[in-house]
Amino acid sequence: MKKTGAEVLWESLIREGVEVMFGLPGGQIIPAFDAMLNYPQLHFVLVRHEQGAAMMADGYARASGKVGVAVATSGPGATNLVTGIDVAMMDSSPVVFITGQVPSNLLGTDAFQEVDMTGISLPITKHNFLITSPDQVAHAVREAFYIARSGRPGPVLIDFCKDAQVAKTEVLESSDVHLFGYHPPTHAPAVQLEQAAELIRTAKQPVIFAGHGVMISGAVEEVRKFAERTNIPVAMTLLGLGALSSSHPLSLGMMGMHGTAHCNLAIQQSDLIIALGMRFDDRVTGNLKNYAPNARKIHVEIDPTEINKIIHADVALMGDVKTVLKDLDSRIPNAKHEEWLNQIKEWKQDSQQRDILVQPTNGKLHVPQIVNDIWKATKGEALIVTDVGQHQMWTAQYYPPENPYSFITSGGAGSMGFGLPAAIGAKFAQPGREVWAIVGDGGFQMTQAELSTAAQENIEIKIAIMNNHFLGMVRQWQEFFFEKRYSAVQLKNPDFCMIAEAHGIPSRRVLKPDEIHAAVEFARATRGPVLLDFHVEQEEAVYPMVPPGADLHAMIRRPIQDEKG
Amino acid sequence: MQHTMIALVENKPGVLNRVASLFRRRNFNIESLAVGQTENPEISRMTIVVEGRPEDTARIEANLYNLVNIIDVQDVTGQPVIARDLALIKVKAEPKLRAEVSALAEIFRARVVDVAPESLILEITGTEDKIESLVELLRPFGVLEMVRTGQVAMLRGGAIGVRHMPGANGRDA
Repeated sequence: MKKTGAEVLWESLIREGVEVMFGLPGGQIIPAFDAMLNYPQLHFVLVRHEQGAAMMADGYARASGKVGVAVATSGPGATNLVTGIDVAMMDSSPVVFITGQVPSNLLGTDAFQEVDMTGISLPITKHNFLITSPDQVAHAVREAFYIARSGRPGPVLIDFCKDAQVAKTEVLESSDVHLFGYHPPTHAPAVQLEQAAELIRTAKQPVIFAGHGVMISGAVEEVRKFAERTNIPVAMTLLGLGALSSSHPLSLGMMGMHGTAHCNLAIQQSDLIIALGMRFDDRVTGNLKNYAPNARKIHVEIDPTEINKIIHADVALMGDVKTVLKDLDSRIPNAKHEEWLNQIKEWKQDSQQRDILVQPTNGKLHVPQIVNDIWKATKGEALIVTDVGQHQMWTAQYYPPENPYSFITSGGAGSMGFGLPAAIGAKFAQPGREVWAIVGDGGFQMTQAELSTAAQENIEIKIAIMNNHFLGMVRQWQEFFFEKRYSAVQLKNPDFCMIAEAHGIPSRRVLKPDEIHAAVEFARATRGPVLLDFHVEQEEAVYPMVPPGADLHAMIRRPIQDEKG
Repeated sequence: MQHTMIALVENKPGVLNRVASLFRRRNFNIESLAVGQTENPEISRMTIVVEGRPEDTARIEANLYNLVNIIDVQDVTGQPVIARDLALIKVKAEPKLRAEVSALAEIFRARVVDVAPESLILEITGTEDKIESLVELLRPFGVLEMVRTGQVAMLRGGAIGVRHMPGANGRDA
């Protein structure tokens, strides 16, 4: 029996386990949307802007561990996806993007709504496909999903010519993946495992780095057991938060530019770094010349291009974190590292003294208080999605997640506008979990249109806007490094509660610290979307901060206030 | 330093673009790039010559290897390798100078492949140095036009310059 390319597309997606898709139709993909009506098991979430679809699919992928799917038409529909594709690429998120394309005989003719989407997406996808015949559909979908989720995951784009959607084919499924050139490493060789084990056995001041790769490979349990057995403290990257429960005594919290001071000090003093599934981003390392100067480095990483990219690896273990840790485990005896852990404890006490939460209150709203109240109310167990900026760093600091897969944020791309759509996607993936979108007033307005999508789907997400009427992080940089010359950072915002109301979304405005608790509980009790507009201190800074390019231990710390206050 | 890389790639549309794009991203100029089918028509082989620091070319080698359509890539710089370039050179040679030009060509084992009243076309195969030497000697006569294929390279002896052959480890599903 023959089927159209469009029918093969949806059937292939169903075969890959797809249940929810995000997107917006248009001229060159209408045939596919027509065929979609025959597959009611696919829930299609209609967005207001394709960037929202991309970020929803990404949020869905990160919260579910499955491949997210976003669908758009050709031309502007496709180019609107671009920022979202880049976010998925930078953060290794498995998303398959499907875009309509002009009929294959019109490729390259500047036809209406034609854009060279495989060309545009080439550097920001793991791979992409151009489908010009219905015979290619089943194979392309199979390969796209396989590439997206295997090895180091990432986005894959399928650009689907209209004539291939309409024409019929006998190729209805693909049973095999034919990828001659694609073989991600899995196991590290025994010789290198032994070298790594030797370094670990002899280290006096080791630190484990847990990155996103720990969660992608499902190695959370292995990391915890390994750390506990060897008494090696665990520092986490922004995307690695949750790899070890934050209340675990061996957790150092987050590393890097806005990481905890004791974490960064431990890294700088360490004699061995065991880096698991992370890539030494510049926001993690600071000045490379003085980065962990006494530490040997073991780099466990599935992507060969990350090895020796930023730091020299004394031992590179190319493979899946989970597999490598299993292979390493039997070679390493239990250890104590008492002296080292005591030293870290001392640093930690100093960090806690400077914590904003122990400072005398000035009656104004501070983001850390709000985030901490949400943390307390939800026992640290909600699924938190952030936007990008100051509130993102404060959320990372003050909502230390207890569980893995509970903190979703745009790390590598640092893309404002991510929070709201990613939270919508995450809720579709985890309908049983409480999902909070903690966003800034700047980023929220970039994808605010997706409030309509949230309302249309009546999706239960709690939106908390940290409204300081500034592009806060840029303002902070201008304050610290540009003599407080504020350039293009002040925002005259609309009334977010009225905007919520216009969508039929319940909301609360919060102006004082003693109103936080009731507002959080109101949001928690609300079914469907809800919005809280927190009017916070306008010129608060995120501490500690490693100035860009400075040594990791050269942090700007929050000043300790004297007793008189 | 000049680096020579060889890459086995799938013979599909867009693959050359994927390869070239990696060099563009890092602002590398490709000195030469030669592509052609291998003994297996589904697979093409590229020889890429670039100027760059070893750490940069190592990075690009890793990035190339990561491309889904690239079956294998190897930097063969400094290894025992046969590297050849082919050039066609149209040189001004009025009848009385023809013999002189032909004699030069013969020294370089170049062949005269076309004769016109006022010019000759020479074909020469060899290393880049050899071709450049001939061109320098021909300049006084007047080089009217030249085309070069860019280097192609193969490891000497029994060694095979690529590690992964399709079929051996090609299916990971």
